[in-house]
Amino acid sequence: MSLHDQDDIALREAQEVRLRKVWEPPKGLFLRWTDTNNNQVGVWYVLTAFGFMLFAGVLALIIRMQLAVPDNDLVEAGTFNQLFTLHGSVMMFLFAVPMFEAVSIILLPQLLGARDLPFPRLSAFGYWSFLIGGVFVSGSIFFDAAPDGGWFMYPPLTTRTDLSGLGADIWMLGLSFIEVSSVAAAVELIVGVLKCRPPGMRLNLMPLYAWYILVVAVMILFAFPPLIAGDVLFEMERLLDWPFFDASRGGDPLLWQHLFWIFGHPEVYIVFLPSIALFAMLVPTFARRHLLGYPWIVLAAVGTAFLSFGLWVHHMFATGLPKISLAFFSAASEAVAIPTAVQIFVFIVTLWAGRVVWSTPLLYAAGSLAIFVIGGLTGVMVAVAPFDWQAHDTYFVVAHLHYVLIGGTLMPLFAGLYYYWPLVTGKKLSDRLGRTAFWLIFVGANMCFFPMHLSGLEGMPRRVFTYPEELGLGGLNLASTIGSFVIAAGVAVIVLDLYRSPWRQKAPRNPWAAGTLEWLAHPDDENWGIRSIPLIESRYPIWDQEDFVRKVDEGRYFLPDAEEGRRETIVTSVLDARPVSVIRLGGPSWLPMLTAVALGGVFILTTYHFYWAALASGMLTLALVLTWLWTGTAEIPEKPRKPIGHGLELPLYISGDAAPGWWAMFITMMADATAFSGLVFGYYFFWTRHEDFPPMAMADGPGVWWPMVALAVGLASWLATVGAREVHACGKIALARVLVLVGIAASLAGIYAGLAGPWLSGMDPQMHSYPAIVWTLAIWTTAHCGVAAIMLAYVLARSLAGKMTPAHDADIRNVTVYMHFLALTVAVTYLTIGLFPELA
Amino acid sequence: MSERRKWHERLKVTLWTLIVPPAVWAGHFLFAYLWAAISCAKDGAFAKFPVLFALGTVLALAVIALSGWIAWKQQRTVGDPPPHDEGTEVDRLRFLAKSTLLLAGLSFVSVLFTALPVVFIGDCR
Repeated sequence: MSLHDQDDIALREAQEVRLRKVWEPPKGLFLRWTDTNNNQVGVWYVLTAFGFMLFAGVLALIIRMQLAVPDNDLVEAGTFNQLFTLHGSVMMFLFAVPMFEAVSIILLPQLLGARDLPFPRLSAFGYWSFLIGGVFVSGSIFFDAAPDGGWFMYPPLTTRTDLSGLGADIWMLGLSFIEVSSVAAAVELIVGVLKCRPPGMRLNLMPLYAWYILVVAVMILFAFPPLIAGDVLFEMERLLDWPFFDASRGGDPLLWQHLFWIFGHPEVYIVFLPSIALFAMLVPTFARRHLLGYPWIVLAAVGTAFLSFGLWVHHMFATGLPKISLAFFSAASEAVAIPTAVQIFVFIVTLWAGRVVWSTPLLYAAGSLAIFVIGGLTGVMVAVAPFDWQAHDTYFVVAHLHYVLIGGTLMPLFAGLYYYWPLVTGKKLSDRLGRTAFWLIFVGANMCFFPMHLSGLEGMPRRVFTYPEELGLGGLNLASTIGSFVIAAGVAVIVLDLYRSPWRQKAPRNPWAAGTLEWLAHPDDENWGIRSIPLIESRYPIWDQEDFVRKVDEGRYFLPDAEEGRRETIVTSVLDARPVSVIRLGGPSWLPMLTAVALGGVFILTTYHFYWAALASGMLTLALVLTWLWTGTAEIPEKPRKPIGHGLELPLYISGDAAPGWWAMFITMMADATAFSGLVFGYYFFWTRHEDFPPMAMADGPGVWWPMVALAVGLASWLATVGAREVHACGKIALARVLVLVGIAASLAGIYAGLAGPWLSGMDPQMHSYPAIVWTLAIWTTAHCGVAAIMLAYVLARSLAGKMTPAHDADIRNVTVYMHFLALTVAVTYLTIGLFPELA
Repeated sequence: MSERRKWHERLKVTLWTLIVPPAVWAGHFLFAYLWAAISCAKDGAFAKFPVLFALGTVLALAVIALSGWIAWKQQRTVGDPPPHDEGTEVDRLRFLAKSTLLLAGLSFVSVLFTALPVVFIGDCR
């Protein structure tokens, strides 16, 4: 096919018919929910997250009504605890993080000129997990069973089952389930940004939104898993009485605080950076010029991402840690102001240098920067340890965090809402209502949260359900309450605006005259994402590349057709976006939804201690995952290559580190390894906290012999797999199968040898934190050996079924990535539990 | 005949080299934290090994400075002045080099920030 073929209008129409058919969403009352197209799933995701925000907002209003006047008795103390815990948890876990993922799932394919992200079924799975987990956690308040320990759930009040009810389990298990969907989305977004950019979109031409999302998704990989590790320990203590956080049996509540805040602080930036990324898209549009200081934004995003991990202890300044440790974290907290300020200055300078169009989205952006800067300044104050000791646990901190989150997350999202609504629905929102809402929210936010600085400094503690009149804080609290209702009125205006949207006229295409790829979207939305995948030569192709929109629309770029009736997109190289292959994307399927339901069953049934049912649900999950993989991945195509236009021919099958599947495995394993390092941190943390760790009485521990045997067989299964991969690639299929069998046998032996150490030396995990953490490490590692055995058996089955050949070996290459990480896990675990007691 | 390029010009700049300076900061930060935590918990005084801390800090600063210097050299590869927004190999190289240089600056300052408490506080209290 040459460029001129596309001059033929009949050909173009035939292509469009084929594309439309391929990308057609399933119809019918039930079937439509099986769709996996990110356009659809993203919209459900956004609406659901928005719904959770409104729910959490209502909780906040009840909190503020209770605190409006001194000695109020609107709600009881117990209910109040549930209200503020759920308000914080829902806003963080069910609104801020999922909203960024939802928005990205809609925007990224458009921004990257891709038909869709590489794993649409994974996005759908993430969405259903989020919905189920979210309803489970939020619904608990209607049964007076909501978590009530604060969104940070500090032990020991929350781990002791005599002091806390079911709410703590609902929080831990429900939100762990949602973290699964966050990690799933992170995998999708990272691989999407790295591998699914359009040809020519080198790293220096990538839209800044994509840079931010890449950075944030990587942050999720290192921030969420420590919390998952913490959740594991937490539930082991609650359900099995293993004393990780119980000081009377060698545990330490501070371990939870460390694991929680290693997640909790980067979390603030995880919700802040994507919102700022929206600015990076809309500021150039309304400044009518390219963004100044592109590398400075990359500095800001990457720098903030790193530094934000050095801040977690600044939430623990009042816990009695050595001052020198506090000082390190204080220093890092001050340093993070540098990149944060850089990005704000970049926006200001761009506006300064441009010809500004004062639109509603830009109004929200400007207002949110004003609010965010105030929050940032009080952040510098509380980062100074002695000031923090004064302000700790007062409303000053409440004021600080709400300024940061309203200025840094909520209002930027509203800016994005007004900016991108035409992209999603083809219709603009009302400028009049938008500006009214803005001023209500802006005035309301200042009226609500500014007085909290003062009430905090005057001694109003956080998380109290009422306060005596003599404190003299009635006036300030009343002002805050009125302010909160003004914010709510603003949000109500936005909801009204959204509600009226379906009856409005269609807006013209690209209504803001923006220059970036996502605005190729047509008001009469087609589900195919983009008509043809363009060649990119500039950061603002719609502005800079001649006849760009017309050429895309006429299918004059790549992959303008779907001859084989399959959903497809182009995979490119990481640095320079050179076309590498065409991949087939997963179409509509029940599997993502069913897998989410089954996995949800594991978490929810465990909450109610129905362990056998939970186990059955786990087996069902495994069966569904295997079905999903068997039917939907590493499919051998009907022909080796296909033309994508302009004389280019690309392979339809790739394996190894050029393939999205390999990257997905690698990234998932990074998250897995991070969770594991959280558990290992626990072991060494106990060692620094205790004079004698391991305690003399238990020093026999798991011994040296069994851990060393487990290490040997673990490494043997790794070597067998690596060997199998190599000989398989050389065409020695039979030998490869034998090596895979050896790998399976060694992995299974690894389970026995790993558990034999603590088992045969009679370690009782309920007695002390030492046996508990040794057991945990052993169980974690042997569970991974079990997964390795399943994966290797899967590879063997694929080979026997003829679905894996030396030329099509993605399965074994991906499993080898898993085995590399398994080898690392095995080595760290058994050297720690086997040899460290000999040294310590 | 083209002149043989120097080693720092031949280095391949990638996303991995971009994160070297902040990763060194992270390594130094973790080292500083663990060094203080372990020496305070196990010996009751970190001031026993300030030499170790000083060496670690100097090493971190040296690596950051080196990566910054390489980035400085590479972003001066011949071509148009900034903003390096052409779809060419050299502009991609110079963009990554410029970003690395900026990150090296930030990381250098941040390592100094982390080192300051040891100078001014000097014990475990």
